[in-house]
Amino acid sequence: YTQLLFSCQFSDSAGYVGFANLPNQVHRKSVKKGFEFTLMVVGESGLGKSTLINSLFLTDLYPERYIPGAAEKIERTVQIEASTVEIEERGVKLRLTVVDTPGYGDAINSQDCFKTIIQYIDNQFERYLHDESGLNRRHIIDNRVHCCFYFISPFGHGLKPLDVEFMKALHGKVNIVPVIAKADTLTLKERERLKRRVLDEISEHGIRIYQLPDADSDEDEEFKEQTRVLKASIPFAVIGSNQLIEVKGKKIRGRLYPWGVVEVENPEHNDFLKLRTMLVTHMQDLQEVTQDLHYENFRSERLKRTGKPVEEEVVDKDRILQQKEAEVR
Amino acid sequence: AGPVESRTEAAMSELVPESRQKPVVPMKPMGINANLLGYIGIDTIIEQMRKKTMKTGFDFNIMVVGQSGLGKSTLVNTLFKSQVSRKSSGWNREEKIPKTVEIKAIGHVIEEGGVKMKLTVIDTPGFGDQINNENCWEPIEKYINEQYEKFLKEEVNIARKKRIPDTRVHCCLYFISPTGHSLRPLDLEFMKHLSKVVNIIPVIAKADTMTLEEKTEFKQRVRKELEVNGIEFYPQKEFDEDLEDKTENDKIRQESMPFAVVGSDKEYQVNGKRVLGRKTPWGIIEVENLTHCEFALLRDFVIRTHLQDLKEVTHNIHYETYRAKRLNDNGGLPPMTVETEENHESNL
Repeated sequence: YTQLLFSCQFSDSAGYVGFANLPNQVHRKSVKKGFEFTLMVVGESGLGKSTLINSLFLTDLYPERYIPGAAEKIERTVQIEASTVEIEERGVKLRLTVVDTPGYGDAINSQDCFKTIIQYIDNQFERYLHDESGLNRRHIIDNRVHCCFYFISPFGHGLKPLDVEFMKALHGKVNIVPVIAKADTLTLKERERLKRRVLDEISEHGIRIYQLPDADSDEDEEFKEQTRVLKASIPFAVIGSNQLIEVKGKKIRGRLYPWGVVEVENPEHNDFLKLRTMLVTHMQDLQEVTQDLHYENFRSERLKRTGKPVEEEVVDKDRILQQKEAEVR
Repeated sequence: AGPVESRTEAAMSELVPESRQKPVVPMKPMGINANLLGYIGIDTIIEQMRKKTMKTGFDFNIMVVGQSGLGKSTLVNTLFKSQVSRKSSGWNREEKIPKTVEIKAIGHVIEEGGVKMKLTVIDTPGFGDQINNENCWEPIEKYINEQYEKFLKEEVNIARKKRIPDTRVHCCLYFISPTGHSLRPLDLEFMKHLSKVVNIIPVIAKADTMTLEEKTEFKQRVRKELEVNGIEFYPQKEFDEDLEDKTENDKIRQESMPFAVVGSDKEYQVNGKRVLGRKTPWGIIEVENLTHCEFALLRDFVIRTHLQDLKEVTHNIHYETYRAKRLNDNGGLPPMTVETEENHESNL
């Protein structure tokens, strides 16, 4: 009680009411509650998805990973695997769920490989809609996918047909953030050319990737500049690593090659830090766009179709009408 | 602080088959990478939320209930340091006392420290002013429920607004007359009915008519009476979120409330400072002086510390209770088809 009073910047000056303290009250409640975020990663096997996720969140999400051989992969269909990790930083708790999609793009015929993914995303929306329409709404869990990192292979000349099809199918359901994986296979020039190519193809096909909101006019210059730089760097070309290498007396994450060390957190080597900054500073916005755009689209489509947000029996409107008429008679 | 790992596989949709056996992963205290010098920046999400709150601004709807002349409008004006409530010129003989309770909502946008608030003050002239005051709380209860209904209708709409306009009453200040004796039967009846649908904060009006001893005794008596009659005023015991809240709120419930207040919109010079007060031959009553009255406590409580909580309890408890009742009445389905049913009824 008294702590919050002292955290007020203003003293009891004349005319000061005190509701400027509201953000602090909201802050206190949010910190107590903690945050939830669901991130999906999609891309062919071997593009460094797991390594990147581990690097991003300084955690080891896949410690005892089993990597199947090619023969096994023939049998596999796309799986959906979700792992949850609780991260705490300076008193702020984040419950992060990473949804992995092993098997994507592995099959010889990848025709239907994103059906499972679409189904998963829709199911989370469906579940949320059901909970939101229920009687007891005290503890609704939000498992909706807030962001999808789509990994583009650095080995091609741009987007592959599968990449285009996937993004076109998913851009109305989830925030897509395209990422160029294993960026250390490219020289800087090659990287720029690939980025430009990818952006051109995205625009050509009318794909709607997640747009970073422009900085507001009342933000400081530093933030505005940061936003400009981030927007200009999309798609982010990243490298991930779980290994520590000693460089100039410091231990850093990197990849050791005979010709030198690639440093993950070096902005001159790759866009890893930019990707992390983007994700972390826009977590709130990613959730909002998911709620206000993707989920609302799903919901209105769903309600228009059936008229009732219940998965079970779809009670026919006509049947109700007939019943009412029968009652009258 | 390093990341704390707890591994659980989020429950997935039953429609997705999992053919591969996932190895059982034991809980590890710290990952190998936890020792790396690393700061992710998760805590910046707080800053993002703060910016968002400031930008979107917020609604706050406060209702005042009590007999005329108890200083309701003056108090609200003092609380928000602006003329947000029009004082009734009760002295004007031509202005009649309304025959039934009227509900008058007036909205203002006020800004402070970059935070915009759309404040709505809901006045209830006529309450308790008749000879026969039976059921005079009914129009008030009806108004409160109408706001819940409005919100519910928007919420179940197929194409719904991004930010549903919130006209629900977040806080109801109930003015107790400083008789020094006890609560009146009308006070009990009102609070019994309305504490179930809205956050009620009882205040003792015009507290400058009581000495310190009289004030303490009266407050104790009022608290006792409220308890004996099972009236749960805000902050309600059952909604304390954790021990920290409980300790803080217990102190407020058992010692400070009901706040004995004095309101004023006139300023006087006291010890070189301009203060809000009431000037009498025997001294100046300073509204914001804690040794004179508890106005500052009320203000800090409603605005500086519990504003957000008042809104949350309204949304998560009172509104949900209303909604659940409506759903049950409708057979567990959201009242989306209510309008078509009504149309059919009128056709019959």
